[in-house]
Amino acid sequence: MDLDGGSSSTISTGARAIPGRPVRHGALYQFTQQNLPACKPVLTPAAVISTFLLMGFIFIPVGLVTLRASYSVVEIVDRYDIECVPEEYRSNKVAYVKDDSVSKNCSRFLKVPKSMRAPIFIYYQLDNYYQNHRRYVKSRTDRQLLHGLGYNDTSSCRPLESSDDLPIVPCGLIAWSLFNDTYKFSRGPSELKVNRKDIAWKSDRNHKFGKHVYPFNFQNGTLTGGAKLDPTIPLSDQEDLIVWMRTAALPTFRKLYGRIEEDLEADDVIVVNLKNNYNTYSFGGKKKIVLSTSSWLGGKNDFLGIANLFVGSFSILISIIFLVLHLKSPRPYGDTAYASWNKKSISS
Amino acid sequence: MDSKRPLLLQSPRTTNDQEFPTIPVFPELPKSKSSSSNTVTFSGVEYGQQVDHKTSSNSSTSSSKSAMSIHSMSSSKRNNSLNHSGSKKPVTVRYGSKGGGDSDGLTMSQRELRDEDARLVYINDPEKTNESFEFFGNSIRTAKYSILTFIPRNLFEQFRRVAYVYFLIIAILNQLPQLAVFGRYVSILPLAFVLFVTGVKDAFEDWRRHNSDKVENNRLASVLINDGSFVEKKWKDIRVGEIVKIKTNETIPCDIVLLSTSDPTGVAYVQTINLDGESNLKTRYAKQETGSKVQPRYTGLIKCEKPNRNIYGFMANMEIDGKKLSLGSTNIVLRGCELKNTSWALGVAVYCGRDTKAMLNSSGAPTKRSRLETRMNYEIIMLSSFLVALCTITSVCAAVWLKRHKDELNLLPYYRKLDFSKPKVDDYKYYGWGLEIFFTFLMSVIVYQVMIPIALYISIELVRVGQAYFMIEDHRLYDEATDSKFQCRALNINEDLGQIKYVFSDKTGTLTENKMEFQCASIWGVDYSSTKANIDGEQGEYSVQVDGKVLKPKMKVKVNPELLKLARSAVENEEGKRIYDFFLALATCNTIVPLVVDTPDSDVKLLDYQGESPDEQALAYAAAAYGFMLIERTSGHIVIDIHGKRLKFNVLGLHEFDSDRKRMSVILGYPDSSVKLFVKGADTTMFNVIDKSYNMDLIKSTETHLHSYSSLGLRTLVIGMKELNTSEFEEWHAAYEAASTAVFGRAALLKKISNNVESNVCILGASAIEDKLQQGVPEAIESLRAAGIKVWVLTGDKQETAISIGFSSKLLTRNMTQVIINSNNRVSCRKNLKDALERSRKLMSTFGVGNNDGAVANQIALIIDGGSLVHILDSEHEEELFQLASLCSVVLCCRVAPLQKAGIVSLVKNRTSDMTLAIGDGANDVSMIQMADVGVGISGQEGRQAVMSSDFAMGQFRFLVPLLLIHGHWNYQRLGYMILYNFYRNAVLVLVLFWYVLYTAFTLTTAINEWSSTLYSIIYSALPTIIVGILDKDLGRSTLLKFPQLYSAGQRDEAYNKKLFLLTMADTLWQSMVIFWPPLFAYWKSTIDVASIGDLWTIATVILVNLHLAMDVVRWYWVTHAVIWGSIVATFISVMIIDAIPQLPGYWAFFHVSSSGLFWALLLGIVIAALLPRLVVKFIYEYYFPSDIQISREAEKIKQYQRVAENGQIEMLPISDQQQHR
Repeated sequence: MDLDGGSSSTISTGARAIPGRPVRHGALYQFTQQNLPACKPVLTPAAVISTFLLMGFIFIPVGLVTLRASYSVVEIVDRYDIECVPEEYRSNKVAYVKDDSVSKNCSRFLKVPKSMRAPIFIYYQLDNYYQNHRRYVKSRTDRQLLHGLGYNDTSSCRPLESSDDLPIVPCGLIAWSLFNDTYKFSRGPSELKVNRKDIAWKSDRNHKFGKHVYPFNFQNGTLTGGAKLDPTIPLSDQEDLIVWMRTAALPTFRKLYGRIEEDLEADDVIVVNLKNNYNTYSFGGKKKIVLSTSSWLGGKNDFLGIANLFVGSFSILISIIFLVLHLKSPRPYGDTAYASWNKKSISS
Repeated sequence: MDSKRPLLLQSPRTTNDQEFPTIPVFPELPKSKSSSSNTVTFSGVEYGQQVDHKTSSNSSTSSSKSAMSIHSMSSSKRNNSLNHSGSKKPVTVRYGSKGGGDSDGLTMSQRELRDEDARLVYINDPEKTNESFEFFGNSIRTAKYSILTFIPRNLFEQFRRVAYVYFLIIAILNQLPQLAVFGRYVSILPLAFVLFVTGVKDAFEDWRRHNSDKVENNRLASVLINDGSFVEKKWKDIRVGEIVKIKTNETIPCDIVLLSTSDPTGVAYVQTINLDGESNLKTRYAKQETGSKVQPRYTGLIKCEKPNRNIYGFMANMEIDGKKLSLGSTNIVLRGCELKNTSWALGVAVYCGRDTKAMLNSSGAPTKRSRLETRMNYEIIMLSSFLVALCTITSVCAAVWLKRHKDELNLLPYYRKLDFSKPKVDDYKYYGWGLEIFFTFLMSVIVYQVMIPIALYISIELVRVGQAYFMIEDHRLYDEATDSKFQCRALNINEDLGQIKYVFSDKTGTLTENKMEFQCASIWGVDYSSTKANIDGEQGEYSVQVDGKVLKPKMKVKVNPELLKLARSAVENEEGKRIYDFFLALATCNTIVPLVVDTPDSDVKLLDYQGESPDEQALAYAAAAYGFMLIERTSGHIVIDIHGKRLKFNVLGLHEFDSDRKRMSVILGYPDSSVKLFVKGADTTMFNVIDKSYNMDLIKSTETHLHSYSSLGLRTLVIGMKELNTSEFEEWHAAYEAASTAVFGRAALLKKISNNVESNVCILGASAIEDKLQQGVPEAIESLRAAGIKVWVLTGDKQETAISIGFSSKLLTRNMTQVIINSNNRVSCRKNLKDALERSRKLMSTFGVGNNDGAVANQIALIIDGGSLVHILDSEHEEELFQLASLCSVVLCCRVAPLQKAGIVSLVKNRTSDMTLAIGDGANDVSMIQMADVGVGISGQEGRQAVMSSDFAMGQFRFLVPLLLIHGHWNYQRLGYMILYNFYRNAVLVLVLFWYVLYTAFTLTTAINEWSSTLYSIIYSALPTIIVGILDKDLGRSTLLKFPQLYSAGQRDEAYNKKLFLLTMADTLWQSMVIFWPPLFAYWKSTIDVASIGDLWTIATVILVNLHLAMDVVRWYWVTHAVIWGSIVATFISVMIIDAIPQLPGYWAFFHVSSSGLFWALLLGIVIAALLPRLVVKFIYEYYFPSDIQISREAEKIKQYQRVAENGQIEMLPISDQQQHR
C-alpha cells in the first residue's frame, strides 16, 4: 500500500526548473494533473491466500457459535388447524368455522422436550398466508391509525373504508382480517400465566397508533373478517392489532401472542385450551402454535450456522488450492517480459 | 498613370462561383489555346455537370443555401492564397481535381440570375429597402430561450433523448390508478430531478447569452442620416440599407459592402480573428466608382444573394449612377471583423443581425456518438429483453396463481375481491383475469424499470465532463508557444481516444511547424544553397532609413553571403540582372501587405509582412534580407526599397493563385513604363509555360536543383518572368478590364486570360523553403506505431518532399520496403496496384507475419500519389487499395486534394470496424477531420478552420501521444468499466426485487420501500461510480508512455466486450441470490415484517454494490475513500430517516431489526459470500491469465523498470515527462 508519489515528484522538480510559468505545484495542480497521492493495492498471491484463510478462520467459528445458539433454543410447534375441527366437519371445514353455533373450543397437549427457561415466547404461525400481498399491504391508512377520525382520507382502505358514512377505525383489509384464535395454557392443574403485554413494538404503541383513537365501529360490516376489538380501549393498547398490522414479510410467518414467564421443565405436559375461530380453511392455510425460548440469534434456525460453516470451509479450501497452485507454478510478479508484446517477439 | 489603370485593379476574389460563363463574352479567346496550355484546368462543362450529380455535398450546397455545410465554406477559402503546395487546393475538387468544383459554380451562377433569389438593398435608403420586405434588424439573439418559451422549448430539447422518454413513460404508467406501484409523486421524482438540474444549467447558460447579447446589441456605431451627418446609433437599431462609418480598431456591426475608405484607392484592411481566427490582415476594397464619390450622397441599388453561411464568398451587383458593377467577396466586410490600419471606412449594411454570415456560422461542431456508446446499445437491448422476460415471468406466474385461486379470491382475507360496503355487492379492483395479467405486466415494468440504467446516461455525461476537464488542464497538452490549452469541442467521444487504430495526419502545419524559412535559391541555373553559409550562422538583417527612422523586417533570414554580395552589386552583367529580377519577383509577386509596427525604440520600426500564405511571407522576408524590401502596397502600386533606392511599381494586374494553375502572376508597370510579368508557381505547372526554346541547359540545371531541394524535404517554387510589349499588354489589358467588370463567369474569364498571358515565360530560377518538423514529431510517431496505431500521412506535397519528411519524422525507416504507386492513367494505375498487392502479399507470406505492431523487421511502406488515387478511389479498385494498405505499416499519400483525404479516411472507415483519427491544421483537412471517427485540429498557423470542425483541438502534433496513450487509455478504461458496473448495479437491485416477487403471490410488492429504490441510483450508489469514473487510473502516466503497447488494450476492446458483460451478469445473478436467499431462510417462520427485511436487503445491496466497486478501484484517493464509504454511511442515514417517519408502514423497522445480532451476522455473511466468487475469478484471471495492464500494474508497484531495460527487450522511447516539459 505505497503511495503513488513517484510520478508527482518528478513533475514538481521539472516544474521548478522552469521559471515564469503558471503555478505547477500545490494541491490543485496535482489534482488537475491527476497526480493526487493514491494508495494502490494489488492482489498479491500472499494477500489473497491469507485473506481466504482468514475468512475461513472467521466463518467457521461464527458458524459453530450460531449453530450452538440455534440448538440451545427449545421450540415446540403444534399444528392444530385440522385436529381442532370435529370429525364430522372435517370434510367441510369452512362451514365449521363459519358456523357461529358450533363451539370452537379445542384442547391441545404439548410435551416439553427439554427444560425451557423463561421467558418462553408464544407465537401463532400461519402458513401460506400472503400478508405481503399487494392488495393487502396497501389496504391501510397509517395516518388514521394515529389520528383516528381526524384523518378522513381512507380511500386506500377500500373495500373496507367506511360504514354508515363514517370511516371504519381502523380501516382496511389488514385490520379487518385480524387473527382471532385465543389460547389459554395450563400445566397440570394450575393455569400458566401468560403475559400479553409488551408484545408489540414500543415504537408502534407510542407513535404509530393513536392513544385517543377508539375502534368504535370496527367489524360492523356484513362480513366479519376476524377479531373484534374492545371499543373502549384505544388503539395504542390494542397490542394484538399492532402486532398483526406489522405485516409479515414472508408467506409463512409467526406472530407473537404472549410470554410465559415461568420456566418449564422437561417432560411437563402443557395443555392449550384454544378457540379455533380464524378461518384459514378457505384457502388451505395452516395454523400452528409455537412455544419457543430465544437466543441472541432469535428463534431456532440452523441455516445461518450451516451457511457460515460452508462459506468458511470453502474459503479455506480455496486458499489451499491457491497455495498449491502458487507453489507449483509461480508467476514472476510484475515482470513485463511476460507482457503480450514481448511474448510475441520472442516467439517470432 | 492613373488613367492607365484598369477600373478594377484587384483581381476580384470571387471563388469558383462563376467559373463557367453562360454567355460567351470573349469569343476571340481561342478555346483550343487555353485548353492546350494547361491540361488540368478545363475539362468542359459537360463533365462538370456530370460530377454535379455525383457529388452530393455539392448539390446540397446549391439546392439550399441555409443548409450550406462547412464543407462548402471551406471549399472556396483557399483559392485566393498563393501557395504552391497542393495542400491548399480547394475542397470542392472531388478526388483528383477533375473540375468538380466548377459544377458548383455553374449552378450558383445560374441561380444568381433570378431576381426572386436576390436581396435588393437601396443604398442609404433603409425605408425603401425594407419597404416590400422587412429584413431582420441588427439585433442578435444567441440566447435560445425567452422567459415564456423556456419551459416548453427546454423540455422539448431534453426529451429528445430516448432515455428520458422511457423515464417519462414509466412515470405516466405510474399515474394510472390501477398500476400505482410506487407513490405517484415518488415516481416522478427522478425524472423531475434530472430535468430540473439540466434545466437550471441551460437557464444559466442562456442567461449569460442574454447578457452578452445585450452588451453586443447596445454597442454604438456611426450611421449616416439624411442631412448628411453621422449619428451614434445602437447596433441593434442599424437597418439594412443604412450607411455605417467605422473607424480604426472598431468592430464591424453587420455585414457591409464597402463604399469608400480613407485610402484613396479604396483599400481597407480587416482582421478576421473573431470570424475565423486568422490573425493576419486581409484586404478589402471599395469600388472605384463609389470610393471616388464625394460623400455622403449615395444612391444606388445593390442586388445581392440571400443570406448564407459562406464566409468566403459573396455575390452581388451594384447599380450606381446607371453603371452596373459586380461585387465579390473582397468588397464585403463581415460582422465581427475589426478594421485595422485604415482610419475610416464607409459601408452599406446588406445583412443585419441574424442574417450576417457570422451569426449563420455560429453553430457548433457536429455531434458524434462514441463507439462505446454504440456498443452499449447492444447490451441495453439485451437488458431490455431481459426486463421483458422478467415481466413476462411475473405476469405468467401471476396468471397461474389467479387461476388456481379463482374460487377463493372473493373471500381470501388478503385479496377480498368482493366489496360489500355498497348495497350492491361488486368486484373490487378486479378487472377480469385477462386485464389483471396485463396490469401485472405493466406494473412489473414499473417495478423493474431501473434495469435500464437511466442514471447511467447522466453519469456518463458527468464523467465525460470530468475527463474533459482533466484533458484541458493537463499541462502536457498545453502549448506554451501559442499559449493554447487543449480544447474539447465534442464532449461525447472522449473514450474513442482510447481505441484508435488509424491516425491520418496532414503534413504541413501538423507534422511540420508551417513556419516557412527561405533556405536556398537556384538563380539562372546557379545553386545558392545557404547550407554552406550556415556555418557562420549569419543572419541577414537588412534595414533602411526612412524619414530618419530605421525600418527593419520583422523576421530574420539566414542569407548566403555570396548571393548577398551579388545582389548588392550593380546590375550590369547578365547574372546580376537575373538576380535583380529574381528578388524583385519574390518581393512583388505576392499578396503580402506590409505593416509598420512600432518597437520600444522609437527610432526603429518593424516591417511585418501580413499574408495569407506562409510561403509568401518567407519569400518576402527573404527578398527583404537580400535588399529588396517591400515597403508599401496599395491596390494600385507597390513601393520597393532596393538597396536604399525607393522604386514605385504600378500593379497593372494580378492573377491570383488557384489550384488548377498552381501559380500566380503579377503584371508590373516599371517607372520607365516598361511592363513585366512575374510568375511564380509549382514546378509541374511552371515547366508547362516556360519558353523551352530559350535555354535548355538552364532549365535542366534548374530541374536538377529542384530535385535536390525537394529530396532535402524543401518546398520549391519556380520563378519566371516575361516582358510584355505594347501590343501584348494592350490585348491583355482590354481583356482583363472587360473580364473584371463582367457580371457572370468572371472567375473563368480571368482564368482564361491568365492562362493566355502566362505563356512563354523565361525562367529566372527556383526558391526552396524549409518547412521545419515540429518538436517531438519523430518520437511521437514512433510511440504511436509502437502502440499499434497505423499512421498514414496525407499531404499535398510532392512525392520526394513527402518521402524525405517521412524519413526525418521516422515514419519511414531504411529497412522498409517501399511500394510506390505513381501513375497518370487508369490502366497503368490498375496494373501498378495489382502488382503491388501481389508483391506485398508475397513479401508478407515469406516472412509469415502479418502484423506490424511489433518489432517485425520486414515492413512495407506504401507511397501513393493523388493522381493515382483519382483512378482508384470510388472505383472497384478501392478494395484492392484497402487490402494493400492494410498489409502496409506505413502509408504515405502525396499530392492529394482535400476531398481525397476524406476519401482515404472513408476507405478505411467503411471497411473496418477500427477507429480512425484524423489530425490536421488547415482548411484542407476539414473534410478529413469530419469524416474520421475522431477529428483533431491543430491550432496553428493556418487559421482555425480545422479547429472549428474538429472534436479536439491542441497545439502540437506530439500531444497526440499523451492524448491517446494516457487520456485515451484512461477514458476508455474508466468508461468501459463504468458502463459494466452500472449495468450490474441496477440489475442486482432488480433481481432482488424479482426474487421477492416470487414470494408475494406474484403481486409485485416491494420489500425495499419505494423511497429507497428511488434513492438507490441517486444517493446510495451514484456518486462513487462517477468519481471512480473520473479519477481512477489503471496505470500511471509514465508506465503508459514507457509501454505504448498498453494502448492496444483499447483497440482490442478489453475493457468492454460481450464476454465481460456476460461475466458481469452472471456475477450479478449470484450476488442478487446471495442478497436475497440467506435472509429469506434465516427469517423463514419468524416474526420479521416487510419493512425490516426490506431494510436489510437495501443495506446489503448498497454495501455490496459499493464494495464491489471498491474491489475494482485501482488507485485510492482520499476522495475515493470519502465517496465510497460516505455512500454507505449516507445509505444508513437515509434508511434511518425514512424509518423515522410514523406515517410510513415501516416505522422504526430499521432500529428494531438492527438491534438483533442476526441482522449484522447476515449482513456480514451476505457481503462476503456474494463477493467470494468474484474475488476468486478476479484473482485467477489476474494471476494466471494476466493482461498486459495487470503485469504493468504490478511492475509499476515494484518498479522493475531497470531490469527490463537491461534485458533490452523493450526499446526505451525517449518520450518522458521531463522531455515533455521543455
